[in-house]
Amino acid sequence: MAEIILENIVKRYGDLIAVNNFSLDIKDKEFLVLLGPSGCGKTTTLRCISGLEIADEGKIFIDEKDVTKTRASQRDIAFVFQLYALYPILTAHDNIAFPLKAQRYNKERIKEEVNKVAELLQIKHILHKKPKELSGGDMQRVALGRAMVRRPKAFLLDEPIGTLDAKFREEMRVELKRLHIDIGATTVYVTHDQVEAMSMGDRIAVMNLGILQQIGTPHEVYTKPSNIFVANFIGSPGMNFINCEPKRRDGEFMLKLLKDEIYILIPEEIQKLIKNKVNGDKKLVLGVRPEDVSFSMKKEESSLTVKVYVIEETGSYNIIDVNLGSEMIKVRTLPIVKPSIGETAYVSFDMKRISIFDKETESSIL
Amino acid sequence: MADVKLVSLTKTFGSITAVDNMRLEIRDKEFFVLLGPTGAGKTTTLRLVAGLEKQDKGEVHIDNILVDDYSPALRDVAFVFQYYTLYPHYTVRQNLEFPLKSKLRNYSKSEIYRRVVEVSKVLHIERLLERETVNLSGGEMQRVALGRAMVRTPKVFLMDEPLSNLDAKLREEMRRELSRLHFDLGATFFYVTHDQVEAMTMGDRVAVLNEGKILQIGTPNEIYNSPKNVFVAKFVGSPAINLFNAALEKESLIIGDKEMVCTLIEKQRSVLKSYGKKHLILGIRPEDITITREKQKLNSYNCKVYFNQSMGAEDIINLKIDNTVFRAVAPPRLNIKVGETIYANFNIDRAHVFNPETEECVA
Repeated sequence: MAEIILENIVKRYGDLIAVNNFSLDIKDKEFLVLLGPSGCGKTTTLRCISGLEIADEGKIFIDEKDVTKTRASQRDIAFVFQLYALYPILTAHDNIAFPLKAQRYNKERIKEEVNKVAELLQIKHILHKKPKELSGGDMQRVALGRAMVRRPKAFLLDEPIGTLDAKFREEMRVELKRLHIDIGATTVYVTHDQVEAMSMGDRIAVMNLGILQQIGTPHEVYTKPSNIFVANFIGSPGMNFINCEPKRRDGEFMLKLLKDEIYILIPEEIQKLIKNKVNGDKKLVLGVRPEDVSFSMKKEESSLTVKVYVIEETGSYNIIDVNLGSEMIKVRTLPIVKPSIGETAYVSFDMKRISIFDKETESSIL
Repeated sequence: MADVKLVSLTKTFGSITAVDNMRLEIRDKEFFVLLGPTGAGKTTTLRLVAGLEKQDKGEVHIDNILVDDYSPALRDVAFVFQYYTLYPHYTVRQNLEFPLKSKLRNYSKSEIYRRVVEVSKVLHIERLLERETVNLSGGEMQRVALGRAMVRTPKVFLMDEPLSNLDAKLREEMRRELSRLHFDLGATFFYVTHDQVEAMTMGDRVAVLNEGKILQIGTPNEIYNSPKNVFVAKFVGSPAINLFNAALEKESLIIGDKEMVCTLIEKQRSVLKSYGKKHLILGIRPEDITITREKQKLNSYNCKVYFNQSMGAEDIINLKIDNTVFRAVAPPRLNIKVGETIYANFNIDRAHVFNPETEECVA
């Protein structure tokens, strides 16, 4: 088990800076997720940790030992790619035993270690089978077993479940998380799927264009995104963004939609923050999550008039897409709320939970 | 625009029955979704309707016409594939014009122009018309592929997982756009997917398919709230429904080694009593289990928080009583911590009971 520290890592490929001055402390036993779109540098970062790539600048420590220039095989960490990369001619047992045989363990020891891992993964009953006789899920368990059997200091996983059916992915998310809790090994997990990141990570490091955008618990990155990129990338359905500018109306400081004559009343604390942090006519983006918008067919004080664009039912809740002037926003409601398309309705925002971004820098000003 | 009727449709590939005696009626102007896992027979069904495959048995009717002997072109359906099949070095306009230039249709130049403009307006791709398709983003390409299907106003749109190659954000946006497009066009959509979220959010009705057989047809609401069997209950809904082996004893269902004793409501009791089976499966969705820190009056179980999965708008709480693990949904403001002991309260009136052998829903 291990702590992993990255200090100012830089990795270039020709002119392209894949990882740009990246620093991160991964705690012992932590499940850390590197999240970002394709090309953001997350896999390169993982490969630098594993030793498959050597960083151009910066330092990497595993368990306080400087491994920056150490070869991959000497770093004592397990890299799991697509989980089902198994040897087809070997049984599940022999696939798992493979790394131990390579290290010349004796037979009894191998048997003992494989059995321990098989028990944890609940695959004892399939150890005699070959990969082609296994279901996709069991193949993945075997591949994980092969990584676990030599008790590495840390696990590095690169989009291990990205190619599976939606339903199966959900099962694997639960299983990987459970395994992590039961084994308690430091895990660095790379994905572009925010659902995986949110549902498995102890902390999430959001990356874009080689640069760390924000690091925090799922709750922190979700409720207090540091910029528009993070706010947009995390959450499904995504956060609503409304382009607006601060304006006075009837002596009241309000946010006016950029393209429409619609005004949004905001609480005094936020007014103050805006006044302190931005000069007069700066353009802003108001961010509000669909579950922080309330929907009503009746007009209430300070509610905004909208038109229903489309309704999406998911079973446990509905998403109602509405037009607020020329902006489109999503509202999360109970399953019983079912207005008709084109109908006029009213929404209001939970002002304690909104985000405000500077439109130019895209950074949060709250 | 038209209805589609499949009668006893069967298609085999060697020893595999891909579509097994399927009976289906898709109504005019309906957004109908065929939902199932990989290999269920969804795409084969769609290809049979399009005429790209020939069935071994059964009939395909489109707009009350038996089309079994019609070539794909004569069936007047439009197929939108998972992989956008656009001509890469044509402009968007040329791609959209292409289906209209067929000799079969004989449209005038002005008619072709009018249709292309109209469709590109609906799909918001007017500004892309003169661009080559190789220079488009995934979402734009999928819009153009849709546009090419729309220009000739077919009787039925057949869509084979059109969103599965788009990234999560774009998929969300396209779901909304497809729903709205369906509303605006008022056309019949026959849509195939393995993603239950797409089925639930867009479908007027959904058919759940497994191993070539339809297991249930209904509105998203019916499929979700009244699943006919274990497969449907498990396949629809995320996080998935909790299933427990349970034994009927007097007025209650006993889970595990008396870890949980669920008091049933009157209706469930009388149904199960007359059903007369002792061993059953109890199914309850995670959102129908409420978490509290104080014990409640009924069906309230003391359990330990095993781990949490944050989903942003809600937390999925994985709970453990002895060896039974299950999931509940809680609002993040409850701030449930790992290792904490809480009460899980089953809203038993929302639960489903299944026969463990047939997997059919019995109550």
